[in-house]
Amino acid sequence: MYSHLLPEFVVERREDRCIRCRACERQCPNGVHVYDSDLDTMFSLEENCVGCQRCAVICPTNALSVRHHPAEYRKNSSWTRDRFQNLKKQAETGGVVLTGSGNDKSYRIYWDHLVLNASQVTNPSIDPLREPMELKTFIGRKPDTLKINMEDGEPRVESELHPNLELETPIVFSAMSYGAISYRAYKSLARAAKESGTLFNTGEGGLPAEMRAEFGSNAVVQCASGRFGVDKDYLNSAAMLEIKIGQGAKPGIGGHLPGEKVAEHIAVTRMIPRGTDALSPAPQHDIYSIEDLSMLIYALKEATNYEKPVSVKVAAVHNVAAIASGIVRAGADIVAIDGLRGGTGAAPLATRDNVGIPMELALAAVDKRLRDEGIRNKCSILAASGIRCSSDVIKAIALGADAVYIGTAALVAMGCTLCQKCYTGKCAWGICTQDPYLVKRLNPEISTQRLVNLLSGWSHEIKEMLGGMGINAVESLRGNREHLRGIGLQEWELNTLGVKGAGE
Amino acid sequence: MIDNRKIESERFLPDKDIENCGLFGVMNTSGTRFGGEMAINAIKNMKVRGNGLGGGFAIYGLYPQYKDYYALHVMYENKNDEAKKNAEQFLHENFYVVYDEEIPTNPEVDVFCPPLVWRYFITPHKKEINGVSEDEYVISRVMDMNKYMQDVYVFSSGKDMGVFKGVGFPEEIADYFMLDKLYEGHIWTVHSRFPTNTPGWWGGAHPFSILDWTVVHNGEISSYGTNRRFLELHNFYCTLYTDTEVMAYAVDLLMRRQKLPIEVVSKIFAPPMWNSIKYMKEREKQLYTTLRMVYAPLLMNGPFTVVIANQEEMIGLTDRIRLRPITAGAKDDFVFLSSEEGAIRYVCPDLELAWTPPGGEPVVARLNSKDHLKSLNKSV
Repeated sequence: MYSHLLPEFVVERREDRCIRCRACERQCPNGVHVYDSDLDTMFSLEENCVGCQRCAVICPTNALSVRHHPAEYRKNSSWTRDRFQNLKKQAETGGVVLTGSGNDKSYRIYWDHLVLNASQVTNPSIDPLREPMELKTFIGRKPDTLKINMEDGEPRVESELHPNLELETPIVFSAMSYGAISYRAYKSLARAAKESGTLFNTGEGGLPAEMRAEFGSNAVVQCASGRFGVDKDYLNSAAMLEIKIGQGAKPGIGGHLPGEKVAEHIAVTRMIPRGTDALSPAPQHDIYSIEDLSMLIYALKEATNYEKPVSVKVAAVHNVAAIASGIVRAGADIVAIDGLRGGTGAAPLATRDNVGIPMELALAAVDKRLRDEGIRNKCSILAASGIRCSSDVIKAIALGADAVYIGTAALVAMGCTLCQKCYTGKCAWGICTQDPYLVKRLNPEISTQRLVNLLSGWSHEIKEMLGGMGINAVESLRGNREHLRGIGLQEWELNTLGVKGAGE
Repeated sequence: MIDNRKIESERFLPDKDIENCGLFGVMNTSGTRFGGEMAINAIKNMKVRGNGLGGGFAIYGLYPQYKDYYALHVMYENKNDEAKKNAEQFLHENFYVVYDEEIPTNPEVDVFCPPLVWRYFITPHKKEINGVSEDEYVISRVMDMNKYMQDVYVFSSGKDMGVFKGVGFPEEIADYFMLDKLYEGHIWTVHSRFPTNTPGWWGGAHPFSILDWTVVHNGEISSYGTNRRFLELHNFYCTLYTDTEVMAYAVDLLMRRQKLPIEVVSKIFAPPMWNSIKYMKEREKQLYTTLRMVYAPLLMNGPFTVVIANQEEMIGLTDRIRLRPITAGAKDDFVFLSSEEGAIRYVCPDLELAWTPPGGEPVVARLNSKDHLKSLNKSV
């Protein structure tokens, strides 16, 4: 069938600069660049281009620029170019339109409508270059009160404490499984988490046995509906356990790793035969209700001798506040909320772009509900999806998050350009692929450094903003919505966020 | 205070009061009672720390002849007789009222809209009512009066103590209530207020009081929202929207209800830095880590100095990086706490010791002890 699709991108090559080194040809996994030796000329097969910018960055003479293709359908507010293309694609294949990474639609991004406070006159701002500024964060269940006895004039804590994890900065790497991303990308996250004193999340693909001793104490291991790679040793090697109920990018459906990506080592880690599709069921088939969830939470706690906090991750859906309350009452130590903009390696486009609610609203609603019910202290809240910069982190904390999960931001730090083709397994940046030729271009030393730099840069910025507000420990900003004001938001949005409008 | 009110959205919470202030406290640790001259003169000496929109005193050892009874100082705004009738009916229904009288005032002192202020000495009908202790019973009745009765506000409700406060400079309030002529006590704390965004209201002046605990406070807590939310989890609902209220409830929660000593509580309000905790001995490290982890929402971040008092103790504390001043002084059995050293020296020219405690280090003056000297060797 002859394709009716227009090319997405146009590749412009400045002939006066091109030295025919053919680097672009070698770097492009989609076969866009072709060299004709008879003519000594590079040609471009634009219809294959995904706009990942790998060639433009690699080109030693800056001869290449990749831009949106100028070809246009007749202007139509209803029938946008995306809708044309997707429909035509389906007409040609009869399948589900797949996509990767997070929702790119123009739903309101609340971070961009919230502004922060700073101290003037009545209290002093604090200078983080000259004074201590503390980001240390504990996640896990806290007792309502401590029983302290005095022994020989020395106070001594009598209460028994629940397990808590200590983070040097309130930023945790979100769930990205080995299999979805390459071993090198996966290990870079683990190493960066260890170096920065925070956590990485294994996703549902297991934790390779050889990494457990070194990185286990920084790992959040997932127990998802497919149960890939879950055994006693896996659970006990980790710092924290997470039951994955849902994912912001695709609430209501399970993960999908195509058999082509299931290479030997991935097969061993996931405990499945090599080359088989790893399809996670939509629900956890042993959890059809809140009491079932409670049983799994306590099964995991039993398996790990009550030494590790257990998180439950849900997608932000309409009644997320009530769900979160149920999760805490079921015994979870941490509630992770993944919003509308959460990323994915593969999801049906219709689901990714239309299901779920923005994390900002969900977070505010969950935090309020848990406080209204007097159980906010019994859990920590991890907020995930759409965190792009340090100010998003600090706004999330002021709305009530204990810490945030970052996924897309970490991938971007390693090279990702959000071309949204993760599901093809042909990632030109060596991140979301298992092709050895593509993977080896990702240098794990350098990727680790980029991630460490990202966390350190953001942490510095958070300290600057905290100091500006006259706060020297991040816990004093948690849920402190007095330090936020909304701009350009409607009445109901301000009410849901629990934030005053600017000037109010 | 104990209230199950749920707000629709926090967006509608009133703005917090912002205020900066002067504080002074003096205690005789042997329990000898003395007059108000020192407190009044000291706060007069720090006149620029207030702006005449609020002043007040707390006096302990005030009513020795009634020391077994709860002393209620009740203000009736707009001299509302109907309100007084209602309040008195309520008091008679819930308590034995042993004695009551109008608190004498000097009509020649010109103060802003003075309310009628009355004192009642009361005791509950029984020691324990439905498993609720006397103290809790009194607190909840007092809170009911403050919340539901129009034009009624209870300044203080402790035994053998009382709060006198109002709109004006503290020395004017002292003159109005004739504190220097009529009263003696073994602890006097005083507050001069400099609010920046609220009109004067007699109930809004300091000290704030719950039973025999009083708090005078100077500062603007940047962690207010976090602190308030945590206190709500423990059923303390703020109604006045001041930092001092948050501080008073936190003191009530930790010290009165949970019976933590001030040495521990001060490390919750103003904890040591993680960098210091790292180098502590194992046992201390574990204690401070646990305190910070569990009570993180009660860290009072930003500048504050507070003088907390009860019948036995007067405590001074400043924030963890000492953004608000406090000076301690001592001579014989007298211990002084003040925003400024000059004020102490003004009222006690032959002072023996004066020191500046570091951030987060409490100065604890206790009856019949020298505990206040513990902070001396840590002073800056």
